[in-house]
This record gives sequence, structure tokens and C-alpha cells, in this order.
Amino acid sequence: MVWIRNKWHLLVTHLGAMLPLAVLLFDWYMGDLTANPIRAATLRTGKSALVLLMLLLACTPLNTFLGLSWVLPLRKWLGIYASFYAGIHFAIFAGLDYGFDLVLLRDAIFKKRYAIAGFASGIILLALAITSTHGWKERLGNRWKQLHRLVYLAASLAVVHYIWLAKSDLGEPLLYSAIVVLLLILRIPHISRLGRRLRLFLTRKIIYPPRIMFH
Amino acid sequence: MKTRNSEITPEYLYLSRREFLKSVGVLTAGSLLVSACKSEDVPFKEPEVKASHTPQAMRSTDELGDPLNSYEDITNYTNYYEFSTDKTSVSRLAQDFKISPWAVAVDGLVHYPKTYDLDDLMKFTQEERVYRLRCVEGWSMVIPWIGFPLAALLKEVEPTSDARYVRFETIYDPIQMPGQNSSWYQWPYIEGLRLDEAMHDLTILATGLYGKPLLPQSGAPVRLVVPWKYGFKNIKSIVKIDLVAEQPTSLWMAAAPHEYGFYANVNPEVPHPRWSQTTERRIGELSRRPTLLFNGYEEEVAALYEGMILSVNF
Repeated sequence: MVWIRNKWHLLVTHLGAMLPLAVLLFDWYMGDLTANPIRAATLRTGKSALVLLMLLLACTPLNTFLGLSWVLPLRKWLGIYASFYAGIHFAIFAGLDYGFDLVLLRDAIFKKRYAIAGFASGIILLALAITSTHGWKERLGNRWKQLHRLVYLAASLAVVHYIWLAKSDLGEPLLYSAIVVLLLILRIPHISRLGRRLRLFLTRKIIYPPRIMFH
Repeated sequence: MKTRNSEITPEYLYLSRREFLKSVGVLTAGSLLVSACKSEDVPFKEPEVKASHTPQAMRSTDELGDPLNSYEDITNYTNYYEFSTDKTSVSRLAQDFKISPWAVAVDGLVHYPKTYDLDDLMKFTQEERVYRLRCVEGWSMVIPWIGFPLAALLKEVEPTSDARYVRFETIYDPIQMPGQNSSWYQWPYIEGLRLDEAMHDLTILATGLYGKPLLPQSGAPVRLVVPWKYGFKNIKSIVKIDLVAEQPTSLWMAAAPHEYGFYANVNPEVPHPRWSQTTERRIGELSRRPTLLFNGYEEEVAALYEGMILSVNF
């Protein structure tokens, strides 16, 4: 019980992150995945990965602007689950859709710009998931943080992948892109510093209102 | 959950159920009016039992021996952006679409312009045509259409010697068709064929499938089917057919000119920026199958494009 009281955020993260997979398997089992279940499963796992990536990117700004420091330890798992869904997404595409036919896959991946963007994003996420362990963090030292900033690139490539996949109706892909762009803007040092000072001022931890400083 | 065939209420039964509900309404209203007179003679209209309209096709495969897709899959997995871009939502959103009365105005460069209502269209000899439908998104189905050659209609109106192309237009009715409120596309849906393509015997105007009248999600009451072209050429719920001299610009050509050409012939050699055109998934099958040139109708239609560079005229 103590564990649950201290780590309920983590528990919710695990349960929430597994939910899309559970629903997907259930729908598949019930035959409720449209007449084209492979396509539906590909789209759903891709979207799950994208949503998890956005939640991951939201953590740092939530801490900076709202002081929700408890979200910071969730980043690791959100990232791992995003990679997990990206992996399933790719496995369905390569295995179920293309039956691991390497000749077909070569064309399907490297001749379509949307697929190149998605593939690159997936490779980055895989590398980040592998190096997310404590051991790798120690081994890489300062470079670990630099390496893991690549998640910005992975998220950007993921939304580009989505935009390039859309026919003409860009509504949803652009919404996701806007969220990613916003979450990246909130990381720009001037902006995050301003946000932090604003929060401290509003919560009366500092007495001077923040000014935009250029130095 | 999958609905088994046996669980689907046959059309004549649910129609009679509606009749029943209607007559109950009449009965209730009637009894309120006449209760003072204590009349018990409000007629209970005996519903007319119609002939069975359960899906039935004359053949069970196409000419290549591949089995038909199920009626459920054909009518529940549909691209019809006028209703929704989500293929599985179309049937629900389209269910109340009004298809009667309907009029198709055939006009333009013809000697005898004419407006056809549904009865006029049904006067053309209706026949079953089992065709493969290849969507540009990389999936395909085998569908037993009911319809008649477009050529039969065009011969009635007699195109003039200036007519080179046929331009088709879908109904524009954003109240009934919520997707037409989307500003990503220029509505109404427009498609076009070269006159010789339109006159080809494989080109039909479909009014039904699986032996039943078309449902709204399948383009009721009348739609085009050109089996050697990508599915989006098969314009649905047609209200206007014009014979014209210039090549019409279709909705998709206007939306993404680099992706969608006028011809849109199924061709595994002409790539699309997103979807593989070398292979396709037949709905209901696990592994992909190679896409055939002209969707397997090469023998019938290749002559139409003799001397044309298909990768340029895509």
C-alpha cells in the first residue's frame, strides 16, 4: 500500500500505456477491427506511439510552468512505451502487412518519404529506449542528456510522417504537429526561464515579477 | 463484434416492422381522435411482405476465380468523403440519406439532353457485373455490381461530334452530407472519363450490388464503376453527367495534382507518393498480392491507351 501511495503516478502510467494495446487485442479478437484489420492495427499503434511521445514531451514544461515535479520520473516509462508502440507499429507493417518480404519492404520504406520519416523516428526511439537504463546513463555521463535530446527530433519526424501520410485533409496531423511545436517552444531557454520565474512569482516564492532578459 | 448473416434482419422484415410502427402511430393517434365515438374499426394496415432482398449474387467468384467479398465488408468499409473520411463511419452517417426522388441531368454536348429519374434508369437492362475494385490506398475487393453500361445511356442522348470527355458530378447537399462542410476539398465531387473510356463496355452505371439496390454508403442511387481505374474514379450519387470538349478537372486532381492524374489507371509500375501500387491487400486475405496492370482488365482496355506514356498520363 505504501508503494501505491508513493508510486501511483507510475502505476497509472503503466496501466494507461498498456490500455491501447489491450483494447486493440480485444477488438482484434472480437473481429471488431474493420474489414482491413492490419491497416486499422497499424494506424492505432502509430497513434498510440505519437500520443505517448507528446505526453513525454509535456512532462518537462509541466514541471517548469506548473511545478508538477512528480511528472519527471514518468518520462522514462512514457519514452519506453512510445518506443514499444512504435516497435509494434513497425512489426505489423513489416511482418503482417508485408510478410517480411525484404524486396517489397525496401521499396515500401525507402521510396516513400513518409515511410523514411517514420522509420528514422523509430530508429531514434529504439536507440533511446535501449539507453534509457541506469547503466547506460552512468556509462554515457554528460553525453546521455545530449543523446536523449534526440527525442525532439524523433517526435518531429513522427508528426512529419503523419502529415505526409495524410491525403489532403490535414486537420488531425496538423493538430498533433501544433502540439509538438508548442511543447518544443516551451523548452526554449528564454521561455522556460520566464515561465519558471512567473510561477515562482505567482506562488510568492520570489517577490520580483519576471522580466524578459537577453544575455 | 462480427454480425453473423443469420442475425441480420432481412429487409422485408424490418421494412414491415417500420410499417408496423407507423401503423401503431396511426392507431394511437386515431384512437385518441375517435375514442369518444368508441370506434374499434381503425384499420390495422397489413404490411405488404416484399420479395426477399437478402444479398445474393449470381456468381461466387470473378473471372480469375477469386471469391467475392462479403456484403458486410463491401457495405461497411467504404471511402465516401462526403460523409466521413473514416471508412467505418460512412454506413452509419449515410443511413438516412434521401435517394428518392432523384434526378440525373444529362446535358452538354449532346443532341438530346435528358433528365433521368430512377425509374428511367431502371428501364435500362440491369445486369450483374463481378468486378475487382482496387483502391489507390492499396486494398481491393471483388464486388458483384448490378447496373448497365454507361454507353447505353450515352447512345440515347447522342453526344455531338465535339464531345470528347464526360464529366460527372455528385449531389451537393452539405446538410445531408456532413463531409461536404470540410474545406480541405472543393465540393461537389467531380470525375471525368474520356469519351471512349465512357463508351467502353466495362464502364457501367451501378444501381445495386449483391442483387440489392445500392445502399447510401455505396453511392446510391446511381454511381459509376470503371473497374480498370483506381476506386476514386467511381463517382457516387451522381446528379449530373455532362458531355464536354475539354478534359474535366476532378476533385482529386484539384486537391493534389501531383498525386492524382486524370486517367488514374491501375498500374503497378506507376508509383504513388504514399501507397505501394505494386501490391495490394485483398480485403479478407492475410498476405499481399501483386497488383495487375489495368487491374487485370488489360486485354479489354489496353488498346484505349496505345501510344500513351502511362507514367506521364497517370
